[in-house]
Amino acid sequence: MNSQQPSPIPCETCPAHHAANLLKMGVDMADWDYVVALAGNPNTGKSTVFNALTGLRQHTGNWPGKTVTRAEGGFEYSSQRYKLVDLPGTYSLLATSLDEEVARDFILFGQPDVTIVVADAYRLERNLNLVLQVLEITDRVVVCLNLMDEARRHGFQVDDRRLARDLGVPVVPTAARYQQGLDQLLQAVSDVATGRTVCTPHRIQNEPPRLKQAIHLLVEQINQAFPGLPNARWVALRLLDGDERIVEAMQKGELGVLSRGSSEEAQPHLDLKLEATG
Amino acid sequence: MNTLSDFQPEEILKKAQALRWEVGGDFHEQLMEAIYTEAARIADRAVTRPGEKARFDLDRAIDGVVTSRLWGFPLMILLFTLVFWITITGANVPSKWLSTLLIDTVYPALRVGASNIGLPWWLSGFLIDGMYLATAWVVSVMLPPMAIFFPLFTLLEDFGYLPRVAFNLDNVFKKAGAHGKQALSMMMGFGCNAAGMVATRIIDSPRERLIAMLTNNFALCNGRWPTQILIASIFIGALVPPYLAGLISALAVVGIAMLGVFLTFGMSWALSRSVLKGQVSTFSLELPPYRPPRVLHTLYTSLIDRTMYVLWRAVVFAAPAGAAIWLVANLRIGGLSLAEYIINFLNPVGILIGLNGVILLAYIIAIPANEIVIPTVLMLTVLITGMHGLGAGTGVIFTAGEASTYTVLTAGGWTLLTAVNLMLFSLIHNPCSTTLYTMYKETGSRKWTVVAALLPLVLGFTVTFFVAQVWRLVAG
Repeated sequence: MNSQQPSPIPCETCPAHHAANLLKMGVDMADWDYVVALAGNPNTGKSTVFNALTGLRQHTGNWPGKTVTRAEGGFEYSSQRYKLVDLPGTYSLLATSLDEEVARDFILFGQPDVTIVVADAYRLERNLNLVLQVLEITDRVVVCLNLMDEARRHGFQVDDRRLARDLGVPVVPTAARYQQGLDQLLQAVSDVATGRTVCTPHRIQNEPPRLKQAIHLLVEQINQAFPGLPNARWVALRLLDGDERIVEAMQKGELGVLSRGSSEEAQPHLDLKLEATG
Repeated sequence: MNTLSDFQPEEILKKAQALRWEVGGDFHEQLMEAIYTEAARIADRAVTRPGEKARFDLDRAIDGVVTSRLWGFPLMILLFTLVFWITITGANVPSKWLSTLLIDTVYPALRVGASNIGLPWWLSGFLIDGMYLATAWVVSVMLPPMAIFFPLFTLLEDFGYLPRVAFNLDNVFKKAGAHGKQALSMMMGFGCNAAGMVATRIIDSPRERLIAMLTNNFALCNGRWPTQILIASIFIGALVPPYLAGLISALAVVGIAMLGVFLTFGMSWALSRSVLKGQVSTFSLELPPYRPPRVLHTLYTSLIDRTMYVLWRAVVFAAPAGAAIWLVANLRIGGLSLAEYIINFLNPVGILIGLNGVILLAYIIAIPANEIVIPTVLMLTVLITGMHGLGAGTGVIFTAGEASTYTVLTAGGWTLLTAVNLMLFSLIHNPCSTTLYTMYKETGSRKWTVVAALLPLVLGFTVTFFVAQVWRLVAG
């Protein structure tokens, strides 16, 4: 038997096998390979997903706004270690409140390798507002279409394939409470993290023409100043909205760091920020 | 750099400030409205509420038919038959033009030119009768079918049909103990087996990847389609009245391709139950949206990327092979040429399996590229049937495309059995040297590369042997 022989454990590549061997590492987050952020509207089962993956017993409750600051945990999947950051549940990322700011800053400056947006399949329209906003900031997104059980109970059919096509990112239907669909979710996360899946996120195109013109002018300048910035359009929108935090980031050159795409360099800013707010 | 980035942010902020006045105070509302409208639109497309009829989705509707249990396979066969029928009937005319031009006009002119400038007979023979003629043959026989087949195939690919084929086949692969993604590497193999070898990288499990590699050769590659199409149209098509000839030849080619698919399943099944035992992996296959193919773009890329690529490869290999053929035909030991010695030596085995020594020699010469099997067979047959003396004689023989090919081959002792067995052997024999080299590079294993070469070869001999025996028994 030499090393070219076929593997004696043939099922080691099957997703189900991974799920069975998902190592829930609780608060042990040493030497992670990838950082995964968990965003979503309040009360969509984000914490249930978080607990299912990390084995932690974060308090879950059926009421919105339970997770105010972020929680962190670790898991290992497919011999890669992941740090999972549970962000506060928010309806938008326009940073009009503290929890929105925490979530927004982490997705923007923390540059997670993947952002899972947990969406309520039964209340999809409302949840998509947040999904669309996340897609403006980062393109490495997996949508976890949770509470499929509830939607089905109400006789709703949700076409996840159509949704994935429209959003341009993987969409995985789950029922986290019953541990359904989590292995597919892990597979999708690992595919996006390792770059096997390349997302082409949907960006909003339907602003009024006046606005579009202004955005266009600004995006051009931003792209010149920070070539390679993945979300110039979003930054332009924030500047037009007079977002203090983004104005500050631009003055301090934090955006320049982002455009060079190095999460290590961006990390200190993030931690400072989160310690200050959390 | 520093001064630049220090300077620009302030500029941008100033600009933003100015633009804020222009867009007005309801900016935030406008933006939110845009997001909400978009969210509502997307949600509406995806959600079907109780009491509502599921939204009509053209993609879903098409998928319902082409991946249905009942219609999936028949539709697949129908589509491929149609593609080959168009290829076979459409290739005749341009094939004839090319052969008139390259062989009836240019070839004699070259010979006249060569004798005018006083080239020695062996040099003009080597260059013109050997290298030029083989190349001209490859171009006139292969270019027209390829120029029709590849664009059609690429159109199907662009439309999004191939992943549906993979979807249809997935279940069968699973039953055969192989990875469903093997359907995709097999599809690549229908283009080029070397590319198919590389395509097996998408299979993570080493066991299933090896199965996919060992069976990839059963997917007819570019180099073998022309052989199948030509032999089918001159031997099988000739069995029926002319108006049916195109259809019947197309069906024969589809039949061989289907046999290849069945062999892939059978061999995968056998391997996964013997030397490569193990569990089947699961995976998810994304069915991309159907898109109207961009016809002009497709025509351009399939002509440049595929047709020209394959043709170039054929020409590159055909020229030296033509030279080699000319050499073995003209190097004489005693009264016989070297080619005749080899052919006589191979003949007993060849006849036993319903082929002949010429075909076997052609397959040895064609190890680098399957594309040149037919030209090699023709040239060798011309040599040994005494339609000899590559000069004026060949000029006459190589005229008028298929009809003369038929004359040459029947003069070489070909029967319907030879044609059928050649089609079978072309499907089931060792992969070309490029494919084997690719496999060696991919696996790093000498052992498995040898298996990949010998397994189909042994199977090919076995199949043709039995077909020949049964045929002779039945036909008397």
